[in-house]
Amino acid sequence: MTAVTPDVAHADVRKSGRFLFRAAIVFLCAWVLVPIYFLLINTLSSPETVNAFPKSFIPEFDMGSLTFFANFAGMLTALKNSVIVACLTMVLSIAFGAPAGYALSRFDFRGKELFRVLILLTRAFPLPLLALPLAVLFIRTGLDDTLLGLALVHTTLAIPFAVLITFSLFSGIPIELEEAAWTLGCTRFTAFTKVVLPLIAPGIAASAIFAFVISWNEVFAAAVLTIQNRTLPAFLLQSLGTSPLHLKFAGGFILVVPALVFIFAVRKYLFAMWGIANR
Amino acid sequence: MNARTLPYLLILPVTLFLCVFFIYPFVLVAQLAFTQGDGFTLANFREVVGYWKFPISLKNTLLLAAIVVPIQLALSLAMATMVSKMEKGRDLVLYVWTIPLGISDLAAGIIWLAIFEQSGFLNSMMSGMGLIDKPISLLTYEHPWVIFIAIALAEIWRATAIMLVILVAGMGLIPKEYYEAAEVFGASPWKRFLKITLPMLRPSLQTALVLRVILAFEVFAVVIALGGSLFPVLMAETYAYQFDLLNSGAAAAIALIILAISIGFTLIILRLLRVPKGATI
Repeated sequence: MTAVTPDVAHADVRKSGRFLFRAAIVFLCAWVLVPIYFLLINTLSSPETVNAFPKSFIPEFDMGSLTFFANFAGMLTALKNSVIVACLTMVLSIAFGAPAGYALSRFDFRGKELFRVLILLTRAFPLPLLALPLAVLFIRTGLDDTLLGLALVHTTLAIPFAVLITFSLFSGIPIELEEAAWTLGCTRFTAFTKVVLPLIAPGIAASAIFAFVISWNEVFAAAVLTIQNRTLPAFLLQSLGTSPLHLKFAGGFILVVPALVFIFAVRKYLFAMWGIANR
Repeated sequence: MNARTLPYLLILPVTLFLCVFFIYPFVLVAQLAFTQGDGFTLANFREVVGYWKFPISLKNTLLLAAIVVPIQLALSLAMATMVSKMEKGRDLVLYVWTIPLGISDLAAGIIWLAIFEQSGFLNSMMSGMGLIDKPISLLTYEHPWVIFIAIALAEIWRATAIMLVILVAGMGLIPKEYYEAAEVFGASPWKRFLKITLPMLRPSLQTALVLRVILAFEVFAVVIALGGSLFPVLMAETYAYQFDLLNSGAAAAIALIILAISIGFTLIILRLLRVPKGATI
């Protein structure tokens, strides 16, 4: 009889421990989700409700704020610019980054370490500051206030990630597969397009999406480099001081939506890239 | 094409790109910062440092980093440990916790503005609980510490995810055998965390901290969204010099100062958390 009591006490401790553990996880999920939910309420409320007090904690599903956002002069153009710049960034960073990722994973060459250091260095610098001298340079080359010019700067931000992700992806595909294709009559190029590329396509898509998000979210360089052709973050930032609350919230929500979708799409690859990059 | 020249051909585009858009701009920014009219001068730096707002924005930036980064480090370590102990629902929880990774600093600022503005959700909650009669304006110059807390919360909310991802990936690399052995010898969970997880996690901690600290010195849009000009930080000063004052020399000088601080802290972190040679996993 006496021997049972400590066991029961022990089980009690474990039970309450498990309860605390679950409570902490639920709390941290709420910590992430509740602020986004608040933004959703404001977005789906009429402009009057957004400026009223006190706030309801349930959305009223009124499209007033979103309509106001869509009709605000220049807003839809800014949204379109954002999409164009992000797509350009996506294409450029993969086009430049993926070959380098392949080279790093398949070849040992002189200067490989130096090249890796260069890539890692770009991550260790406050890159948006590059926009300042580039603003001057772009005026000289006619790239000032163009979407391509901004996309080039965003590509600099996205390239280290593109190289590291594709490097880890290519490393995950055994070189024997390629060698087998060579013995069966493929050239290096056709072996790549017929064997490696199909295997790696989803991963490439994930790193492209990552590049898209980096560009979509970037504020500082966008605000410095564009004047007429503002992207959405730059436009919102510029009008923060003067725009009404419901415009800010609707704009903020439009900025958040792709993030939710994209993080879901790339969640499998988020961890692989850092695991390799750390070593 | 042979295997000797191919790798160089493959890395050539990205190398050229980085030379033009990464290395060359840094040369240019240094040139801008050290010249005024013609010839070498420190006038830009004297002007920037002598401006009354500089000490405040430097203090604000450093203070914000000093408060936010340690909290994020503790929080992301705790979250990563929790994730590693989970079996059911691990993927869902990880997805939720990494959502802020895709959210920009501007959007995060706007999200927390919805909570802290005068007719916002914090006031609504307080009046619902009967703590206040009418909404109080929180983000004004009368309560600088409320602005500070709001910015710090928004930063912690937004940027803990990037550290979490790096640490979860790092924890995945630690061999399970170490923990099993420690359990056999009767080490408590806390002791296992201190003696196995932390030391083995050093490379990931290094990466996470370097990245996070650099981003902390770049804090900009969150501050503009929540505090406007009431809470000056270095990056906002750079922006103001470039746009409002149209003084790109001074903007470049502040940029170099931010860069120097970033490099300084990167070196300190690398030194403090250096990985002994041959001790990697």
